[in-house]
Amino acid sequence: MIEIENLSKWYGDFRVLTDCSTKVASGEVVVVCGPSGSGKSTLIKCVNGLEPAQKGRISVDGMEVMARGSDLTKLRARIGMVFQHFELYPHMTVRENLCLAQQKVLGRNRDEAVAKTEALLQRVGMAQHIDKHPGALSGGQQQRVAISRALAMDPIAMLFDEPTSALDPEMINEVLDVMVELAKEGMTMMVVTHEMGFARKVADRVVFMDAGAIVEDRPTEEFFGNPESDRAKDFLSKILNH
Amino acid sequence: MDYNWNWGVLFTDPYLGWLIMGVQWTFAVALAAWVLALVVGILVGVGRTLPSRPISFICTAYVELFRNVPLLVQMFLWYFVMPEMVPENMGLWIKRDMPNPEYVTAVIALGLYTASRIAEQVRAGINAVGTGLTNAAYANGFSVGQTYRYILLPISFRLIVPPMTSEFLTIFKNSSLALTIGLLELTAQSQQIAEYTFNGFEAYTAATVIYVCIALLATIVMQVAERYTRIPGYMGSK
Repeated sequence: MIEIENLSKWYGDFRVLTDCSTKVASGEVVVVCGPSGSGKSTLIKCVNGLEPAQKGRISVDGMEVMARGSDLTKLRARIGMVFQHFELYPHMTVRENLCLAQQKVLGRNRDEAVAKTEALLQRVGMAQHIDKHPGALSGGQQQRVAISRALAMDPIAMLFDEPTSALDPEMINEVLDVMVELAKEGMTMMVVTHEMGFARKVADRVVFMDAGAIVEDRPTEEFFGNPESDRAKDFLSKILNH
Repeated sequence: MDYNWNWGVLFTDPYLGWLIMGVQWTFAVALAAWVLALVVGILVGVGRTLPSRPISFICTAYVELFRNVPLLVQMFLWYFVMPEMVPENMGLWIKRDMPNPEYVTAVIALGLYTASRIAEQVRAGINAVGTGLTNAAYANGFSVGQTYRYILLPISFRLIVPPMTSEFLTIFKNSSLALTIGLLELTAQSQQIAEYTFNGFEAYTAATVIYVCIALLATIVMQVAERYTRIPGYMGSK
């Protein structure tokens, strides 16, 4: 579904990604982890072309992301993305946040869009907040709405860029629960996160990054049970200790 | 001080009529220039934020040119120099046949100058919305055009209502410069009353009070606009 081959990216002279290669198969859940500044977020943003890269190749569902003239707008309409800071449209109600792209991008009529919106909000437990503006919701609630907004487009895959990093501790689980549900239903997911509990529970594979390179890319059990690199051992010992 | 105060002069014929005429011209110049400034300013401001380099270069050049030349000089350039620079027939038409040349010139000069300032406010507003939300809109499947139309512009226009209030007040005050090219707006009429009656204090006081009233009115209108367009729970709005 998602194939990344020898991806390299520079900001000026500074190399942020170095020959990154990995794959996410259809229905697979891959967690990308690593220390801050290791290039996790940059990597995931390259997948739907939000960040351009200079070298390498990315294909999503057979479409070349980095090729000249590829229709990124069309591609993005098929991939859902969830951000660290939610990024709901602040001037619209929750209903309009979910309906807008359904109507303007997918061309659904109003009734279809609203029906879809109500069903999704029901599922993430946000149905009673449909008329509120994002500013009136807690972080956890906003993130659940943001996930529904991405799902409203019937995506073929979902990208999560540190979806719980900006949340108060007591709100993390309400968001993770939604993500676990999604994974169980067979959604293809690429998740940048520090939530190792989540990774252990639902990830098929873990990609560990350091200094812009992919250091380990292994099945979840192996990664946690027997990490190969010293860098990953060090990382795990630090974040699993408490 | 030996001065014959005579406030009554302001209410006698023809001076009251002159003041009223002056106020009308001030409104006519300021409002027409405001419309021109909004249209050009929004286009240029948006242009500066677009990914296209040529467009953003042209828009930046516009802002730097019109913002950095004094408005009075621009007024003179449009009025005295521009008719000589265009093809001869057009220049002749401007000088001889164009209706209300002072008015038209004042609107163009004031409008294009204010547009450069509005463009900067629009650009700042769009930038204030931030890359996070812009990325979210792109990730949601919107094209560049749709992202501006549904997300960036509606939010940034709300954000810039307070600085736009200042611009709106300034355009009324700057319209007084039109007297230098012979437009009989409020300041020019006050000056004329002062010369005819020697009651300069009264005449300029009247102009001052009228400008202040216009400014207060404009402020109240914009405050209502601000309250009406606020986004619940977003960026300092309460």
